[in-house]
Amino acid sequence: MTETTSPEDDIVPPQEVPEMDLYHPHSFLTRWIFSQDAKVIAIQYSLVAISIGMVALVLSWLMRLQLGFPDSFDFIDAADYYQFITMHGMIMVVYLLTALFLGGFGNYLIPLMVGARDMVFPYINMLSFWIYLLAVLVLVSSFFVPGGPTGAGWTLYPPQAILSGTPGQEFGIILMLASLMLFIVGFTMGGLNYVVTILQARARGMTLMRMPLTIWGIFIATVLALFAFPALFVASLMMMFDKILETSFFMPAMIEFGEKMSYGGGSPILFQHLFWFFGHPEVYIVALPAFGIVSDLLSVNARKNIFGYRMMVWAIVGIGALAFVVWAHHMYVSGMNPYFGFFFATTTLIIAVPTALKVYNWVLTLWRGNIHLTLPMLFALAFILTFVNGGITGLFLGNVIVDIPLSDTMFVVAHFHMVMGVAPIMVIFGAIYHWYPLLTGRMLHNGMGQFHFWVTFLGAYAIYFPMHYLGFIGVPRRYFELGETTFIPDSAHDLNAFITVAALVVGFAQLVFLFNLFWSRRNGIVAERNPWKATTLEWQTEHMPPTHGNFGKDLPIVYRWAYDFSVPGAESDFIPQNMATKDVKLAEGMTVADLKAEKT
Amino acid sequence: MSFFSEIASKPWTDEQIKVDDQFKGHTFTLPKAMLGLRVLLVVVTMFFTLLAIAYSGRMTFEDWQSLPEPGLLWFNTGLLLVSSVVFRWTKSATQQGRNGKVKLGLFLVGALAFAFLIGQLIVWQQLADLGHFASANPANGFFYLITGLHGLHLLGGLVAWGRTTLRVMRGKIGQEKLLLSVEMCALYWSFLLVVWLAMFLLLLVT
Amino acid sequence: MIVALVLIFIALGSVVFHVVNPWWWTEIASNWGYIDDTIVLTFWITGTVFVAVILFMAYCILKFRTEKGRRAHYEPENKKLEIWLSVLTSIGVAGMLAPGLIVWQQYVTVPENASEIEVMGQQWQWNFRLPGKDGRLGKTEIRFVDDDNYFGVDPNDPNGQDDVLIEGDDLHIRMGKPIKFLLRSVDVLHDFYVPQFRAKMDLVPGVITYFWITPIRTGTFDILCAELCGIGHHEMRGSVTVEKDAAFQEWISEQETFEEVQAAALHRKLNKELAQNELEPRAKN
Repeated sequence: MTETTSPEDDIVPPQEVPEMDLYHPHSFLTRWIFSQDAKVIAIQYSLVAISIGMVALVLSWLMRLQLGFPDSFDFIDAADYYQFITMHGMIMVVYLLTALFLGGFGNYLIPLMVGARDMVFPYINMLSFWIYLLAVLVLVSSFFVPGGPTGAGWTLYPPQAILSGTPGQEFGIILMLASLMLFIVGFTMGGLNYVVTILQARARGMTLMRMPLTIWGIFIATVLALFAFPALFVASLMMMFDKILETSFFMPAMIEFGEKMSYGGGSPILFQHLFWFFGHPEVYIVALPAFGIVSDLLSVNARKNIFGYRMMVWAIVGIGALAFVVWAHHMYVSGMNPYFGFFFATTTLIIAVPTALKVYNWVLTLWRGNIHLTLPMLFALAFILTFVNGGITGLFLGNVIVDIPLSDTMFVVAHFHMVMGVAPIMVIFGAIYHWYPLLTGRMLHNGMGQFHFWVTFLGAYAIYFPMHYLGFIGVPRRYFELGETTFIPDSAHDLNAFITVAALVVGFAQLVFLFNLFWSRRNGIVAERNPWKATTLEWQTEHMPPTHGNFGKDLPIVYRWAYDFSVPGAESDFIPQNMATKDVKLAEGMTVADLKAEKT
Repeated sequence: MSFFSEIASKPWTDEQIKVDDQFKGHTFTLPKAMLGLRVLLVVVTMFFTLLAIAYSGRMTFEDWQSLPEPGLLWFNTGLLLVSSVVFRWTKSATQQGRNGKVKLGLFLVGALAFAFLIGQLIVWQQLADLGHFASANPANGFFYLITGLHGLHLLGGLVAWGRTTLRVMRGKIGQEKLLLSVEMCALYWSFLLVVWLAMFLLLLVT
Repeated sequence: MIVALVLIFIALGSVVFHVVNPWWWTEIASNWGYIDDTIVLTFWITGTVFVAVILFMAYCILKFRTEKGRRAHYEPENKKLEIWLSVLTSIGVAGMLAPGLIVWQQYVTVPENASEIEVMGQQWQWNFRLPGKDGRLGKTEIRFVDDDNYFGVDPNDPNGQDDVLIEGDDLHIRMGKPIKFLLRSVDVLHDFYVPQFRAKMDLVPGVITYFWITPIRTGTFDILCAELCGIGHHEMRGSVTVEKDAAFQEWISEQETFEEVQAAALHRKLNKELAQNELEPRAKN
C-alpha cells in the first residue's frame, strides 16, 4: 500500500485523504444533546458512565458495611446484599469501565490522535450513545420494580438466576438481560466506528506503527469487544427465552422447593462457557486501553520514548488473540470436563509472558529517563504497582490446581479488584488529570489531586492486599455474613472491619475528585498549549480545546512516530508527530545529519 | 504490505520514515461504509457461529428430539436464493447505469425477501399447529431462536433496502452513492443467504 | 523522593506483612499437601518478581528524577535485553505450571479403590448417600423425587435398596481411605467446599461431577457452599467428621437405608388411610 520514492524527494505529496462531509450542528439541541461530534459524545458517555459508577460505588459501601459490621445494619438483609454485589459488579465492569474506556476515551481520543476530523459514521456514533443511555436507564429501573434488581451475582449463572430462590427473579433479571442486550447493540455501533476510523481515516503519514499505544490499546480492545460481546448477547437472549418462553436451553430437570419444574434437558454449563467466552476477553477490553494509555503517560512524563515500542504492540495484539483461548480458567471448579484444565491452565500462564514483558518495558522506560512526577505520572506508577500485584495473583488462579482451594474465596475478590478494578481505575484517573486541560483549557487543582492520589492509592492497597489472606484462610466470597464457623478466627472479622473503614475513606476521597472536576472547570489555572509537552496530535490542534472538526483548515501530516522524546541533536526534548524534520530546531552545533545519525 | 510485516517495521529509523511518509492514511482501498459493513458481517458471523456451536453441543445429549422440517422451508430457501441472485443482477445493472432495470431489480428483491419472511412465519404456524412449541424441548427452542434471529437480520437488511429504493424512486442519489448502496445491500443479502444455508443444513442433518 | 520511599515501603512492607500476619490456611486434613506446596512455590517465584520490579522502579525514580540539565537517554529498543527477559519469564512461568499440571493429573485420576459417597445439594442444605453393603449406589432421577423419596432413588434399582441416606445431617467418613465424592444437585448450582480438604467442585443439576480425597486426620470440619445459590447461600452449612474405621462402622449402622425409609413411608401412608377410613362415615353402605 506504500511505495517508496527517491530519497531526494523531500516534497510532501498533496493531501490525498479526502475531506469528509462534516456534520454541522444548527441548534443547541443538535450541538449538545443530539450531537454527532465524537468529542461531545465522548463527554456524554463519560458523564453517564461516571454517574452510574457512583451508584455502584455507593452499593459497594453498603455491602462493605454489612461485611465489616454484620448485624449492625437492619436495613440490609440477605436479599439486599446479593442485589448489591450483583449490581455493583455488573455496573463497574460493563457500564462503567467498558463504556468509559471505549465510549469515553475512545470517542475523544481516536479522531484526535489519528488525525481525523471526526468518527467516520457520526450518526451511528450518536445512536450508540443513546442506546447506551437507554441500557443504563433500563438497568436503573430494575431498582424500582417489585422484587428489585437481580441478585444472581454478576455472572448471572442459571438456573438460579431465573428461579425463585434468587432475589429479583421476576422482573430484575429480565431488565438486566434486556439492558445487557441493548448495551451490546449500542456498543457494536460505536465499535464499528472506532475500528473503521482507525483503519481508514488516519492522517497522511500515520502508519499503524506511528500510532500512539493509546490507540493500539483501544483498537485491539474494540476488536475483542466486537468478537466477545456476541457471546454475551446469545447467552442473554437464550436465558431470556428460558425465563419468558420457558424453553430449556440452560435448564435441566429440577425441583424447586419440592415442586418439579417443567424444564428439562438444558445445560447450565453451556451458559458458563458462553458467559466466560465473553467474560474473559472483557477483562482485556478493560485492560488493553489501560495498557495503552499508561504507556503514553509514562513516556511523556519520563521524557523518553516508550521502551520497546514494537514489543508493546506485539504484546497488545498477542494478548488480544490469546484472550479468546483462556476463558474456561474461570470454570475449573464448574464441573466441566476436568481434562480441559490442562489446556486452559497452559494458555492462561502463557499470557503471563507478554504481560510481564509489558511491565518490564514500562519500568525500563523509566530507566535513564528524565522523570517528572506529575499527577498523571503518579497514577501511572501506582498502576504499575497494583497491576503487578494483581497480575501475579492471577498466576495463582490461572494455575488450575492452585485455583482449586482459592476459587470462590475472598482471594479471587482481592485479585480481580486489584487487577481490573484498582489498576485500570488508576489509569482512568491518570488519563483524566492528563487530558483535562485539553477538554477544558484548565488544569485540575494540584493540591486536591495529590490528596486524591495518595488516599486512593494507599487506601486501595490497604483494602485489597490483606483481603488475599482472608482467601487463604478459606473465607468464601458472596457471603452475606460468615456466621459460625470453626476455621475463621476472630481476627479475620477485625480485618474485615478494617477493610470496610478503608473502603469508606477511599470512597469519600472520590468525592474530592469529583469536586475538583467541577471546581477546576471555572477556577483551575489556565493551561498552556500542550502543558505536558506531548508529541501526539491531540495537543497540536489549532484551538485548545479542539473545536468542531478537530483540526484547522488542513488536516495534520504526520512525519514521525509518537515517541520522539529527547532525540539527540534536537534542541527541545520532544518533537511533535506533525513536525517535519526540516522544521526541527537543532541544538547548538548540530546538523540534521546528527539528528538522524544517532538514531539506531 | 501485510499486517504482520507492517507491525514488524521500526518506525524510528530513517529508512522506515521515508516509507511511512508516503502513507496515504487508510489501510484498505475500500469505501469506509463498505469496510464498516464487512466488520459488522464478521460480528454477525461470530453470533451465528456461537449459536451453531451451542446447538451442536446440546445435540450430543441422549434426550435430543429432532423437529420435523416442513417442506415449505425448502421453498423459502429457494425464495431467498432467487432474491440474492436478483440482487447480483441489480448490482450489475447499476454498474451499467440502467436505472429502469435497477428499479425493477430492487422491487423484485424486496418482494422476494418479504415473501421469505412470510413463508418463515407460516412455517412457525405449521409447527405450532403440530404442537411443537418453543418450550417443548431444546431442539424446538433452537429452531425458533435461529430462524427468528435470521429473520430479524433480514428485516434489518430490508430497512437499508427501503432507504436505497426510496432514494432511487426520488432520483435523488448520485450514481456513485447508488452503486455503493446497492453493492452493500447485495453483499448483505448474499451473506444472509450463506448464513441461512448453513443454519438450514444444521437443522436438516439433525 | 517520597514517592520512591513509599514504593520501597510497600514492596518490603508487603513481604513483612506476609511473614507476620496471623492469617494463613487451615491445617490440612486431606492428601492434597501438594497443592499447598505448589502455592508456596508460586509465592516464592511471583514474590521475587514483585519485589524486584517495584524496587527497580523506586531506584529509577530516585536516580532519574528530573533536574536541571538532565536529558533522557534515547533508546527505542534493546532486542537482547528483551529476549533475555522473555526467556527468564518463560522459565519462571514453566516452573509454576509444570508442578501444577503434575498435581492436577493426580487430582483428576481417582484411585481404583476409592469408595463412593454421593453429595446431594438443594436450596439450602446438604444431603448425603452412602452405598450399603453391596458397595454400590443406586441410580437416581429427578422424576422419582417426591416427599418420601427425597433423593430420587430409582425404586426398581436393586443397588439402591441398601443405600444409606443422610438428610440434612452430618456426614461421617473414614480416615485414611480414598473417597470419591459424587456431586449432584436437584435444583441450582452449589459447590461442596471444606476448606481443610483444599479440594472443591460445583454441584450442577443434570450432571454428576466428582472429586476425590483421602482424609489424613480425624476431626469435624465445616462444609460450606462456595457457589452463590440464592438468598440462603451463606446459611447452607453442614459438617463432616473424619473418624477411625470402628467409629465409622458404628455410626453408619445407626443410619436409615433407602429400603427402611420407603417402608416407613408406606407405613405412615397406610396408617393415614386407615385413620381416614375410620373417620369417614360409610356413606356408601
